Amino acid sequence: MTTDLALTTTAWQRSGSGASRDGEAPRKGSTMKHRSLAAMVAATAAGALVLTGCGQAGQGSVNADGKTELTMWTHSAGNPGEIAVYDQIISDYNASQDDYVVVREDFPQESYNDSVVAAAASGDLPCLIDMDGPIMPNWAWSGYLQELKLPEKLTDSLLPTAVGTYQDKIYSAGYWDAALSIFARKSVLDANRIRIPSIEEPWTREEFDAALETLKAAGYDTPIDIGAEDQGEWWSYAYSPILQSFGGDQIDRDSYLTAEGALNGPEAVEAFTWFQELFTQGYAGNAGTIGNQEFVDDQVALSYTGVWNAQAALEEVGDDLLILPPPDFGHGPKIGGGSWQWGITADCVDAEGARDYLEFSFNDDYIAAFSDSQIVIPATAGAEGLSEHFGEGDDLHAFVELSQQFALARPATPAYPVISSTFEKAAKDIMNGADVQSTLDNAVKDIDQNIESNDGYGF
Amino acid sequence: MPTPVSERPHPPIRRKPAAIRSERRAGVAMAAPALLLLALFLAVPVILGFVLAFTNARLISPNPPRFVGLDNFIRAFVDDPTFLHSVVNTFVFALFVVPIQAGLGLLLAILVNQRLRGVTLFRIIFFIPVVTSIVVVSILWKFMYQQDGLINSFLDTVTAGAWNGVAWLNDPDVALGAIIVLSIWQAVGFHMVIWLSGLQTIPEELYEAAEMDGASPWRKFADVTWPGLRPTMVFVLITITIAALGLFVQIDVMTQGGPVDSTTTLVYHAVRKGFKEQEMGYGAAISLIFFIAVLLIALVQQRLTREKD
Repeated sequence: MTTDLALTTTAWQRSGSGASRDGEAPRKGSTMKHRSLAAMVAATAAGALVLTGCGQAGQGSVNADGKTELTMWTHSAGNPGEIAVYDQIISDYNASQDDYVVVREDFPQESYNDSVVAAAASGDLPCLIDMDGPIMPNWAWSGYLQELKLPEKLTDSLLPTAVGTYQDKIYSAGYWDAALSIFARKSVLDANRIRIPSIEEPWTREEFDAALETLKAAGYDTPIDIGAEDQGEWWSYAYSPILQSFGGDQIDRDSYLTAEGALNGPEAVEAFTWFQELFTQGYAGNAGTIGNQEFVDDQVALSYTGVWNAQAALEEVGDDLLILPPPDFGHGPKIGGGSWQWGITADCVDAEGARDYLEFSFNDDYIAAFSDSQIVIPATAGAEGLSEHFGEGDDLHAFVELSQQFALARPATPAYPVISSTFEKAAKDIMNGADVQSTLDNAVKDIDQNIESNDGYGF
Repeated sequence: MPTPVSERPHPPIRRKPAAIRSERRAGVAMAAPALLLLALFLAVPVILGFVLAFTNARLISPNPPRFVGLDNFIRAFVDDPTFLHSVVNTFVFALFVVPIQAGLGLLLAILVNQRLRGVTLFRIIFFIPVVTSIVVVSILWKFMYQQDGLINSFLDTVTAGAWNGVAWLNDPDVALGAIIVLSIWQAVGFHMVIWLSGLQTIPEELYEAAEMDGASPWRKFADVTWPGLRPTMVFVLITITIAALGLFVQIDVMTQGGPVDSTTTLVYHAVRKGFKEQEMGYGAAISLIFFIAVLLIALVQQRLTREKD
C-alpha cells in the first residue's frame, strides 16, 4: 500500500515536471502542446491504474522487500487510544517475521459499514476487517467473510460474546466486550432504604418499580436515565435485553424465520407495557443529553449505561459509585453482548498471513492495553489480571461478572439490521404512547416480510 | 419549464450541406461529454431505479435479485401502514408549506424592496438561514424545541408562566407542525430573493402611471405588481412544491419519522427501507411512486398556471 501510494505520487510528480518543462519552451508551439496533452493523459491513466492496484493491495501484493502486504481496515479513526494499541501490535508483528507486512487504514465509525459494503461491491475488500458483532452474520451470509479458523485453544479462551458464531461456524473474534449495568450512588440508595442488589440476588421487578417510585418521591424528576434520547443501534443493544428478561425476544431463535410470538407474544407485550410506563409514570425521560452526565450531576439517581462511562463516573463519584446488575424481570437479568471483532474477508489471498497476524495479536498484553485505553472488558482471563480496572478486586471487576453471567448476543441472523431498525422504531413509537400490541404486531409483520423476501436468509 | 421557442438554437437556413454536417459534428462532439455524464449519472440511475422497483433486489445479498411483478407496490399500499402515513404527512407538509412559504416570501420581498436605510441588512438577515446548512439548522431547532428549550421558555415568559411546555418533537400532535415552521423559516429567504428579482423587473413607469391615475397601494399591487410577477410566481410555486415533497433532512436529523409515524415522509421512508433495512427493491418502488406523484403534481400546477392566450 505504502509503496503503491509512493508510486502514484511519483507518477503525478513526473507529469507535473513534464508540464513545466513544456511551459519553458512555448516557441515549440502546437507539437509540444500536443505532446504535453498526451503526456498528461498518459500520466492520468497510469495514476488511475496505480490507484486501482492500490485499492486491491490487501489482496496479497508483494512489496519491494519481497514481503506480502496484508491490509487491515479499522473503524477507529479519531480514536487515538485504540489506534496506538494497533500501531504497537502491527509494528511488533512486522518486526517479528519476514513474510508479511501488515498495513492499517482507519475509517470513521459513522461511515465504516458503508465503506465495507461499497468495497465489497467492487471487490476491493482488504484481508482483515473489523466489524460490530451483530452485523457479522449479515456479512458472512453475503459472502464477505471466510471462516476464521483460529486455533480452538485461542477462541475458547475468549469471552463467549467476544467470539462471533454464525450457523455453527466462527467468523470473527474480538479483544474485548462491553457490558451494561445500572450505576447508582450508595449514599442515595441507603438514604432511601433501597436494598443494594447483587449478582446472586438482583432486584426483582417489584423491587425495581418500588425503588423508582421511592426515588421519584425523594425528589428526582426522572429517577433513572436509560439513554432514550440516543438513537440507532443503542436501542436494540440496550432494550432488547429487557425484553429478553421478560421472556420475549426479537426473533424466534429456534428457526430464525419469524418474529411471531417472540416480539409480539404476551411476554413482549408485558415488557413493552412496562417500558411505556417508565415514561408515562415519569420514571425515565427521553429529553436529556446522550451520555452519563445527568447521573454525574446527580439529576438522576440511577443510570442504565455501559462500561465505557464507568471511569468518568468513578472519577466524579468515587467510592460512592455502585455498579449494579440490571433487574430480573422473570427470566434472569440480561445484558447485550458482542462488540467490535475481527474477521478475514472471503477473497483474501493470504488468509494464512491474516490468521498468523490475528493469532499474534490475541496476546494478553495487547488485550489488556485495549482494555486500559478504551475501558472495555478484556476478552481473556489472563488479560483481566494485567488490565488496570478489570482484575480480581479492581474497581470495574463487576463488569466482568456481569458479562460472564448475563450477556446474551444479539440474534445471529443476516436479518439483524432489519430487526434492529424495526425494533428501534417500534420501541420509540411505544415510548411515545402508541398502542403496544398493534405496534409490535406491525413490527413482526415488517421483520417477517423482510425475511420472506430474502428467502429465509438461508435458514 | 420548457425553453421559450425563440431561444431554441436554429441552424441557419441557407448553408452548404458539408458545412452544416461539419458544424453538426462539432456540436455533437462538444455536447458529448456533458451528455455522457448526464446519461451516466442521471438517466442510468433513474432507469435502474425503475427496474429495481419490480424486483426484490437487496443492498447486500448473495442471492441474485428476481422480478416480483407488482408485489412491492401492493405491499406499499396494502401492508405498510408507515408508507400510508408517509404519503399523508408528505402532502400535509406540502399543503402548508407551499402557500405559507410563498406568501411569506412575497411579503418579505415587498418589505425589503423599499428604498430605506439599512434595508440590505434585513435582506441579509432573512437570507442567512438559507446559506446555513439544513443539518445545522435542524440540530439547533431540535434543541430549541426541547421541553426546556428556547421556544418553551420564551412562551413561558411572554405568557407569564401560563404556558405549560410541551416537548414539541416528542408529541405526535405537534411534531409535524414544528417541522413545518422550521422548514418555512429556513427556506423563506431563498424565495424572498426570487420574488425580489421578479419585483425589480417590473418597470418603474408602470407604477408612476398608476400613481397618476390615482391608484391606491392595493390597486397598484393587484394590477401592476401581481401580473408582473406571474412568471416568478410559477417558478416559486413549482420549486417550493418539489422541495416540500422531498422533505428528508429535517426528519432524518430531528425525529427519524417519529413519534408514532407522525413525521415520516415518502423520501425518508424510501431511504429507511432501501438502505437501513437493505431492501433496495422496495425502496425503489417507493421512490417510483414518489416520482410519479411529483410529476403529476408538477404537471397539474403547470396546467393551472399556464398563460392563457
